[in-house]
Amino acid sequence: MTESPIDKVAVKTPNGVARHIKGLSDRTIAWIFVAPTIFLLLAVNIFPLIWTIRLSFTNFRVNRPNNDVEWVGFRNYERILSDPDVWATMQATAHFLIWTIVLQVLIGFTLAYLINKKFKGNDMWTTIIVFPMMLSPAVVGNFWTFLYQPQIGLFNYAVTFFTGGDPADFSMIGDVHLAPWAIVIADTWMWTPFVMLICLAGLRSIPDSIYEAAECDRASKWRQFWTITIPMVLPFLMLAVLFRGIENFKMFDLVVQLTGGGPGNTTTLSSIDLKREAFEKWRTGYSSAYAVILFVTVFGLASIYVKALNKVKER
Amino acid sequence: MSFSVTDPSRAIKWVAGALVVGYAVITLIPLLWIIATGFKSPSDSISYPPVVAFEPTLEGYVNLFTDRTRATEKMLEEAGPPTTWYEEITRERGTVISGPSRYGERFLNSVIIGFGSTALCMILGTMAAYAFSRFKVPLKDDLLFFILSTRMMPPIAVAIPIFLMFRNLGLNDTHLGMILLYTAVNLSLSVWLLKGFIDEIPIEYEEAALIDGYTRFQAFYKVVLPQAATGIASTAIFCLIFAWNEYAFAVLLTSGTAQTAPPFIPTIIGTSGKDWPAVAAGATIFLVPVMVFTIMLRKHLLRGITFGAVRK
Repeated sequence: MTESPIDKVAVKTPNGVARHIKGLSDRTIAWIFVAPTIFLLLAVNIFPLIWTIRLSFTNFRVNRPNNDVEWVGFRNYERILSDPDVWATMQATAHFLIWTIVLQVLIGFTLAYLINKKFKGNDMWTTIIVFPMMLSPAVVGNFWTFLYQPQIGLFNYAVTFFTGGDPADFSMIGDVHLAPWAIVIADTWMWTPFVMLICLAGLRSIPDSIYEAAECDRASKWRQFWTITIPMVLPFLMLAVLFRGIENFKMFDLVVQLTGGGPGNTTTLSSIDLKREAFEKWRTGYSSAYAVILFVTVFGLASIYVKALNKVKER
Repeated sequence: MSFSVTDPSRAIKWVAGALVVGYAVITLIPLLWIIATGFKSPSDSISYPPVVAFEPTLEGYVNLFTDRTRATEKMLEEAGPPTTWYEEITRERGTVISGPSRYGERFLNSVIIGFGSTALCMILGTMAAYAFSRFKVPLKDDLLFFILSTRMMPPIAVAIPIFLMFRNLGLNDTHLGMILLYTAVNLSLSVWLLKGFIDEIPIEYEEAALIDGYTRFQAFYKVVLPQAATGIASTAIFCLIFAWNEYAFAVLLTSGTAQTAPPFIPTIIGTSGKDWPAVAAGATIFLVPVMVFTIMLRKHLLRGITFGAVRK
């Protein structure tokens, strides 16, 4: 940009005229334009993050501001990592993360594959399928508790209708074995369209000529699917998994409204546990350390994953 | 129509269409159920087996917007006969309206905070995106990655210091505080999306304008902004939807004056147990605008949800 014709002209023209033509210099404009954004992000994201890290080495409690704040070193971290309850929430998070991704990838890819057959009205149906993911997770979660209600819930009714079980005995969110699946189902309902949309973009990016060449070489449809379709959609699919992974690692709103972490602690995901420590038990120092651990985990996993993604893209 | 070897046969199209429509119908059932429940009477809403054909009533909506007390005979005498249709509905249940509920306020808060943060986010985002797209900004890639990485943070992780910071600044439970917070959350999205849209506008347009004697600022708002209008509009709708749907910060940082609708809707309680028709009515009013926006956005959906990483 610095060597554009206008710059050359501006250098040669007298100062006053040059200023009239150019106004402020590009560099100044760039700073004026970028600075507010960076400043706001530093104030609302980075500053709190540094504060969290600092608090994580103390025994500070928000509800007891008059207590002496002591520097406790890594004790908070030691306590968290040696707490079996924390590991149980990590397990719940892993169960939720893995199954939602598996189901959403399978269903989402299948749907995208079918939509890509370009039947009449596929655009309209795509838009309809996308609705759930645009809605407020908290409101949706709250309403899914209604669908899951024993006896009166629609979901409950449908399951007992098809299995012939006793509707009064069947409860999705009241049962320790079923509750983890209840949140998986609700999340899958909500976010499968996300994976579908990205897969659809991947499928549509494959030029017809590749399939035509394969037809000429008499490659079977099955072989075309595994040697053309899958490898070419893979980068897109991996991107979708990245987004879903990060989002579901942070999952809070949908699940806290749906089950509130219960029954027992079976659906207490890390974020929900963290919220309880920080805003119900007010163990600020301890929960800050917890937050740092979660952030490092998600950031670390995401970076490793992005490296793998780039390798797939290069191929 | 041209024939192609890769074009699926009619039978395959038919089967694919049927399967997709089947999925769409199943996925729509919960949504239709929310809308339908809003028009049910409380007893219909919790009947077993669930009723599909029912007599529609606006009771849920009336309950949503009003606070009611159980009427004694003396109160009924004083109040006289019901004068409006919604009073008639509550009288049938033996209650009188004691005042408006807080739902209206909460909904208005959602509107104020949603539009406020979207406007601020678009102003800051467009400027930053323009600078990143057109100028040599030092450490450009690092800054852009930094902006994106702010999105990875779990909201609860930064909520503790934000809570403390807002308390010190007097921003807790204020519209301004929530607007600033949501702006910061959405900036990553708006900068990344808008940079993509502005990158697509040929730089020659601006150069022509500069040669014609426009200043940089004039070129920016007379040439670039109109060209990027569609992109700006769709980015704005995405920001609005995210701010509209946000729950974690809202539930932690607001309780009274600035509380938005998502933390409020689940707390609607009836006289005996949960008043599901009122909850459903609240949810319907809250969700339907988003569905309308989704239809408007359908061409840019993919771009929005992937921060511009996938562009069709």
